Amino acid sequence: MESTQTDIDAEIAAADAVALPGRIHPDRDYPPYRSTVLRHPKQSLVVVRDPEAVELSGPVFGVTDVLGHDADLTRQHRGEPLGERITVTGRVLDRDGHPIRGQLVEVWQANAAGRYAHGGDRHPAPLDPNFTGAGRCLTDDEGRYTFTTMRPGAYPWRNHRNAWRPAHIHFSLFGTAFTQRLVTQMYFPGDPLHARDPILRAVADEKARRRLIADYDHDLSVPEWSLGYRWDIVLDGPAATWIEEGR
Amino acid sequence: MTVTPSQTVGPFYGYALPFPGGADLAPGHPGAITVHGYVYDGAGAPVPDALLEFWQAGPDGSRAGATGSMRRDPVTGAVAGRDGVAFTGFGRVATDPDGHYTLRTLPPGGTPYLGVCVFARGLLHHLYTRVYLESSPGDPVLSGLTAERAATLIATPERPGVLRFDVRLQYDGTHEETVFLAFE
Ligand SMILES: [Fe+3]
Repeated sequence: MESTQTDIDAEIAAADAVALPGRIHPDRDYPPYRSTVLRHPKQSLVVVRDPEAVELSGPVFGVTDVLGHDADLTRQHRGEPLGERITVTGRVLDRDGHPIRGQLVEVWQANAAGRYAHGGDRHPAPLDPNFTGAGRCLTDDEGRYTFTTMRPGAYPWRNHRNAWRPAHIHFSLFGTAFTQRLVTQMYFPGDPLHARDPILRAVADEKARRRLIADYDHDLSVPEWSLGYRWDIVLDGPAATWIEEGR
Repeated sequence: MTVTPSQTVGPFYGYALPFPGGADLAPGHPGAITVHGYVYDGAGAPVPDALLEFWQAGPDGSRAGATGSMRRDPVTGAVAGRDGVAFTGFGRVATDPDGHYTLRTLPPGGTPYLGVCVFARGLLHHLYTRVYLESSPGDPVLSGLTAERAATLIATPERPGVLRFDVRLQYDGTHEETVFLAFE
């Protein structure tokens, strides 16, 4: 039988009760998010302690991998997209707080109505002919990225009855090692759907979950133009310090 | 600092992350090999929405990589892709509706494997694995595994220049689960 939100809320509470305190990344086995059931390995990961491992280096990107206007998702078509224009900016840092420079940041998102420009999205919300919802940029010398876009809408997703994803922007990040690779999602502050979303709640530690929610920054808002959000990203990965020492 | 947690890539990355030529690391190169296979879930069903990324040493053993995987045409904005000369070391390919992927690359120098990062809907945190292009006695990862487990990391030659490598996210009752790696 199809689960209700009440069932999912109870499953989330049960998972929280047995979660390891301080664990940052979500457990790959998280039953309230139904798609995890057949897609998580059951064997333990094999730990690699090889200082020669290729994964301790990583892909590099240059200015010719992106164009200046790739970071402005509101300028990719002839007309203006519908919705609330926003600026999202922040820094990409390693665990020690050092900026990660010149690395690729990719984003994708639904439009203001909660619809992706993807053939698989069946949500009966309108497509926006002036909005695709994909962007990219390279971090600058301070590790900073900036995107101009539209605030995405919430959307239904059939995990359970009446399942709605809170508004979010998908982010893909590279560090200086393949082991620092991160794909994640940025959420907006104050959304009542946060508590009910099994994907966000899969991060059981509240402090870690807080890392996924951007701050509204009034100083970033532009008069008569856009609202500003600030979101810093800290990449995991063992190579960060080793490479720093080698420089 | 508190690290930013991972979240699933979801089902709708397809218009944003894959890029033309992302699976062809050595366009037009006569020495290129083909690595292909399927991604399967714990029911043995193909996973049609997985994204695989590859990172490897160059044929000369270099791990420095090169820029230009995602080179854009400054006039049209379309992805122009690799220039066919520099070897960037980085590949990205989504599985097709059959759960199949195909990668064309050059064998790495100095190391017998390609690094792989697996993303999918339903996978809250990506997984690392490796494609070993040949059985490699003495390799520090393979030598710590049973023969059955090690076999999941070694590609099977199908014909000259073509190797098969499947990713099994979970034991399906018949087939061994792929060995996934952690770097700690
Ligand atoms: Fe989404």
